[in-house]
Amino acid sequence: MAEAGTSSQTRFSIKRQPGFTTIAIVCFLMLYAPIITLVTYSFNAGTSVAIWEGFSWRWYEAAWQNEQVQDAAARSLIVAAFAALIATTAATMAALATTRTKPYRGLTTVYALINQPLMVPEIVTAVALLIFFAVIKVNTGYQGLGYLILAHTAFCIPFAYLPIRARLEGMDLSLESAAADLYATPWLTFRRVTLPLLLPGILAGAMLAFVISLDDVVITEFVKTPGQDTLPTYMLGQLRRVVTPEVNAISTVLLTISVVLVSVFFFLNRRKR
Amino acid sequence: MSEGKASPSAVEAETVTKIFGSGETQVTALNEVSVAIRQNEFFTLLGPSGCGKTTLLRLIAGFDHPTGGTILLEGQDISYLPPYKRPVNTVFQNYALFPHMTVGENIGFGLEMLGQGKAERDRAVGEMLQLVRMDELKDRKTDQISGGQQQRVALARALAPHPKVLLLDEPLSALDLKLRKEMQIELKRLQHETGITFIFVTHDQEEALTMSDRIAVMNAGRILQIGSPREIYDHPAERFVANFIGETNFLEAEVVSTKNGSARLRLPSGKMVAAALAEGARTEGKVSIVVRPEHAGLTSAKAKAALTGRLENVVYFGTDTHYHLRLEGGGEPFIVRQQNSRDTEEKLEPGSEVGIEIGKNAVQVLRD
Repeated sequence: MAEAGTSSQTRFSIKRQPGFTTIAIVCFLMLYAPIITLVTYSFNAGTSVAIWEGFSWRWYEAAWQNEQVQDAAARSLIVAAFAALIATTAATMAALATTRTKPYRGLTTVYALINQPLMVPEIVTAVALLIFFAVIKVNTGYQGLGYLILAHTAFCIPFAYLPIRARLEGMDLSLESAAADLYATPWLTFRRVTLPLLLPGILAGAMLAFVISLDDVVITEFVKTPGQDTLPTYMLGQLRRVVTPEVNAISTVLLTISVVLVSVFFFLNRRKR
Repeated sequence: MSEGKASPSAVEAETVTKIFGSGETQVTALNEVSVAIRQNEFFTLLGPSGCGKTTLLRLIAGFDHPTGGTILLEGQDISYLPPYKRPVNTVFQNYALFPHMTVGENIGFGLEMLGQGKAERDRAVGEMLQLVRMDELKDRKTDQISGGQQQRVALARALAPHPKVLLLDEPLSALDLKLRKEMQIELKRLQHETGITFIFVTHDQEEALTMSDRIAVMNAGRILQIGSPREIYDHPAERFVANFIGETNFLEAEVVSTKNGSARLRLPSGKMVAAALAEGARTEGKVSIVVRPEHAGLTSAKAKAALTGRLENVVYFGTDTHYHLRLEGGGEPFIVRQQNSRDTEEKLEPGSEVGIEIGKNAVQVLRD
């Protein structure tokens, strides 16, 4: 290593630093080895998550037929779908209000307020919601999924907001001027020009919100009424009792859904003009 | 300058002021601008960037509203009408074609917004495509056609609803020289065929001179002069106008007498010349005058020479030759441009003393 840093080296390059490759490999291993292990053991024929006994689909079948899993999965999808829908709608309106108006006093504060869920520790939000909803539950007696949907919507908004705002900011403003010039009212300009051009951003935002809602544990665990397990909280509950590769199987399915949706998100965002 | 016409102007701006921002960052983009643009006219707003020409265009289109003054369209006050309620269409500098629509859908957009049915619209789109000679490209997406074709689509889109006035915001600036020349002729043709009033914004003086019926020269938020290309070129009213359009020689002279907008001047050489007076020009004492290089000539006959100077430089341009002279009294170099012919001309050497002949009606007295 005595040769390192000789005069032939004109510019600093992190790649040439000693140990770079090793550190990179360790990091990737740390990231992916556990996931690869998890996925591998979801196909284990035995009941252990650590001893390989041959390939089998049995845990996928078990999970598929497990009524609790079905129940939790359905709930997860319902909550995620509603949360993504409402959050994306709100985020679209927020993005329009922060990019298509004249700059006004407090605009920066508005940005901060919209993105608040990214800054406040999740556990704080969870506790706050728990107490807040408890008051409502006591007063109204309502026990339904509304609380979960509302809570998920709240923390999904910034994730939906960011790609939509980015897309709006990248859009050529003269297109909207041109529509107005060609007799389109503000509403028609929005519907015929802004919205179609914004659609990839909206889809990306919705997908991101969906994925974020789908794998939330902390807030769900605090807000849910007993018996209202989503897939992640069901899995957490399972792990406290017996650990079988069934959890691996469910995880693998969730992983697949997330990877697919996030890939679509990147694909949509990359194709912006 | 009264128009003396019965029909109202196509567009009229009355002491229009536009101020952007407030406090210390306040910018006056237009300062009490008044102009009347006639029906069926090809009118050009000419000036350097930041002179207010695009602001005036945006006020006519309705994208901005005046801080003071009024804008009339065929006699009706439209100052505060939103753009979608004005029978005025714009060709944008970057064309602003809708990328998610086909060429045909783009052209039909305005008519669709006006509530025209599909069949009628299709016919109109067909006519427009023919007008701009793009018949085969109806179903293409806008990013599948060339820059020149996009330009034509933008024109067709803006013309399709038959606006009372067409606004063009430096529409040729993105095209290469050859295409630009083609489009200049094309625009003139379209204006003739449609009979629509065109208001054209450019910073290119040559473009303005070749295309316009009338030109308004703007600088620093004001209109300095309005007139036909000839009037603007031959009789600039202000130093800025003379300088911005074409090459010119500035001199000082003294007014001896005036009569009906013309004057007799005494040049620094002591010789007398006749000159045209710009509106508002001083009628006594020292004044600034301009002489276009091609309106002056070289002469060996001292008696005919209005000025004398020493030849410093001779530049051959093929069609003509430029002579750079240093006048007797000093000052800036004086340029004389003479057309070349095949006949052998008197060979003039740098350093030789020559007389400068100034043609009839060649001298213009400036306002400033």
